[in-house]
Amino acid sequence: MTTLLEVSGVSVSFDGFKAINNLSFQVAERELRAVIGPNGAGKTTFMDIITGKTRPDQGHVRYGDKGASLLSMSESRIAQAGVGRKFQRPTVFEDQSVADNLMMALKRDRGPFAVLFFRPSAADRARVEELADEIGLTPALHRKAGELSHGQKQWLEIGMLLAQEPRLLLVDEPAAGMTPAEREHTTDLLKEAARTRAVVVVEHDMEFVRRLECKVTVLHEGSVLAEGSIDHVTRNEKVIEVYLGR
Amino acid sequence: MPADTTARSSSWRNSSGDSGGITPRSGPFLLRHPSVMVFIALLALFTLGVTILSEGFGIGAISTSFVKTLGKTLCLCLVALAMDLVWGYCGILSLGHMAFFGLGGYAIGMWLMYARTEIIVVESLAAAELPPTPQEISDGIAAQIFGVVGASEFPPVWAFAHSLPLQLAAVVLVPGLLALVFGWLAFRSRVTGVYLSILTQAMTLALSLYLFQNDSGLRGNNGLSGLQNLPGLGDMPQSVVSIWFLWASALALGAGYLLCAWIVSGKFGSVIRAIRDDEARVRFLGYPVEAFKLAVFTVTAVIAGIAGALYYPQAGIINPAEIAPIASIYLAVWVAIGGRGRLYGAVIGAAFVSLLSTWFTGGQAPDVNLGFYRIHWVDWWTVLLGLSFVAVTLFAPRGIGGLVDLIAERRHPDRHGADLGPDQGALREKEADQ
Ligand SMILES: Nc1ncnc2c1ncn2[C@@H]1O[C@H](COP(=O)(O)OP(=O)(O)OP(=O)(O)O)[C@@H](O)[C@H]1O
Ligand SMILES: [Mg+2]
Repeated sequence: MTTLLEVSGVSVSFDGFKAINNLSFQVAERELRAVIGPNGAGKTTFMDIITGKTRPDQGHVRYGDKGASLLSMSESRIAQAGVGRKFQRPTVFEDQSVADNLMMALKRDRGPFAVLFFRPSAADRARVEELADEIGLTPALHRKAGELSHGQKQWLEIGMLLAQEPRLLLVDEPAAGMTPAEREHTTDLLKEAARTRAVVVVEHDMEFVRRLECKVTVLHEGSVLAEGSIDHVTRNEKVIEVYLGR
Repeated sequence: MPADTTARSSSWRNSSGDSGGITPRSGPFLLRHPSVMVFIALLALFTLGVTILSEGFGIGAISTSFVKTLGKTLCLCLVALAMDLVWGYCGILSLGHMAFFGLGGYAIGMWLMYARTEIIVVESLAAAELPPTPQEISDGIAAQIFGVVGASEFPPVWAFAHSLPLQLAAVVLVPGLLALVFGWLAFRSRVTGVYLSILTQAMTLALSLYLFQNDSGLRGNNGLSGLQNLPGLGDMPQSVVSIWFLWASALALGAGYLLCAWIVSGKFGSVIRAIRDDEARVRFLGYPVEAFKLAVFTVTAVIAGIAGALYYPQAGIINPAEIAPIASIYLAVWVAIGGRGRLYGAVIGAAFVSLLSTWFTGGQAPDVNLGFYRIHWVDWWTVLLGLSFVAVTLFAPRGIGGLVDLIAERRHPDRHGADLGPDQGALREKEADQ
């Protein structure tokens, strides 16, 4: 499998505190990867770097077939290049309907003029309905996103990510605040998504990660502590010490 | 399933219309947005009504000066629409849009003053034995216009003042270009929130201070005057001209309303409201946020310029004090009181507050005698306005326009938290157990 994203030797410090320390990480095309680590390990910061929100002090981030550097691109350019991101706290546009949220996320020309003259085609509407069905929000399609429950907002955000048709999906704690049934559904959705694109999932819940059945990367104090199958990393002594032992 | 969805989308339609998204998704634009139709109809009725009651074309129940006040109010409603688009929808609290309004006024004022002075000068020179040369005419006009600031030559900014089409182009281009350059610099460096507001205040302050100087080329603090007289139509009574301008202002407001409603109704409206609510998130969706902000800022500056170009011929005079920073702050206050984030809210706010302001500051409002103190409204109106602004911000953030929601909610009970259907309802119960 070819490499889709390569992070090498990246460091970031906030006021002298090294949140990310010489981190290297690779994801292949259509790979599902879980990233775990204790609070403050730098998981969210790691996503911030890839998506252009935080500029690293050192290191490289290469992406795609030509290995383009993401560090010189703006957030919106990175997103257009196919990197989608789900935030830890669900961030949907609460003032707008579920349908509008999905329609905005749909992969179409993002320039102001194209958007101004955009009118949804029958295919666009059908796609929105299909997505709503996938995330179980069909009955809520025309309700304001702000009226949804926490778990439903998480799903809406996942739906918006799928609508973007990203090549690389970064998902920060997707199952937080979900019921066991919803978690299971989310696992299925993520596995399904990883068939056609690379998916990186940050998660605390070990059971959830186990069910993803994928390679796991353990982060600690801003660098990779261990990498491998879930059984491999859970047997690792250092991992037990800093993470599982707590 | 599709049939079901359509049924829902119409039954859940929000009657306030402009909030977008929840409106039915097919049919002609006006049918999908009933509030726009209502607005246009009311505006037409209002304009007709005033015409019938006017001195120029009707029974004379309304004085010409009041017709002018109404016409000016329509222009203020138009600039308030622009403010609502940029602030209420896109979340950019610009405190500089009255500068664009003033620039539009200056642009048209230059032609009005030039062309009218030209007629006077040509008439006075016609008595001479030799026909006057173009240079003599030009010098004569310059002496007339710039005598007050001790100059007798045309400054470079007047190069196109002789041409109506060029000055009309300036009405659009000058505010548009200024907004484009200013916005590009500000948005590119990601200046947002209160810093952006301060920056726009600085822009309008700088502009007004510059115009106050005699060598700015725009007659310093004298400003441009006599703008109510249309060149070549000297014998047309003001009672007639005022109605023309009322109609022109109403047309511009109607067109502006349609344009704004169209802009905010589609995906563009979705995106700018999303920018208002969470601009970082919009970036991660791949939208170039800065380009959207710049587009909205520039378009609204152009609308403001057009509104100004219609306002000042009715006011008759424009001077740099009109561009003072406080004017733009008032504009924001109107929109806040009317209810930002809905177009009719901006119109209601501008009309209501500016007419009330005319009444209070015009000395017609009866004084209130408290026994120990007499409240003269001329002095206390600004205090009342300030207090209302604070009250609206604290207690009725949806403004006067929010009253429409109260009526709408009575008809459509608040669905917040209602069941989504058997399955999701069950899920929600489980959630509650956790
Ligand atoms: N903008 C910032 N300024 C200063 N410190 C920051 C900033 N962002 C993150 N940090 C710090 O960097 C460290 C890593 O934070 P990060 O949010 O990446 O952790 P995390 O692994 O996502 O934790 P959690 O599991 O709690 O979400 C933390 O100690 C945090 O306080
Ligand atoms: Mg985190």
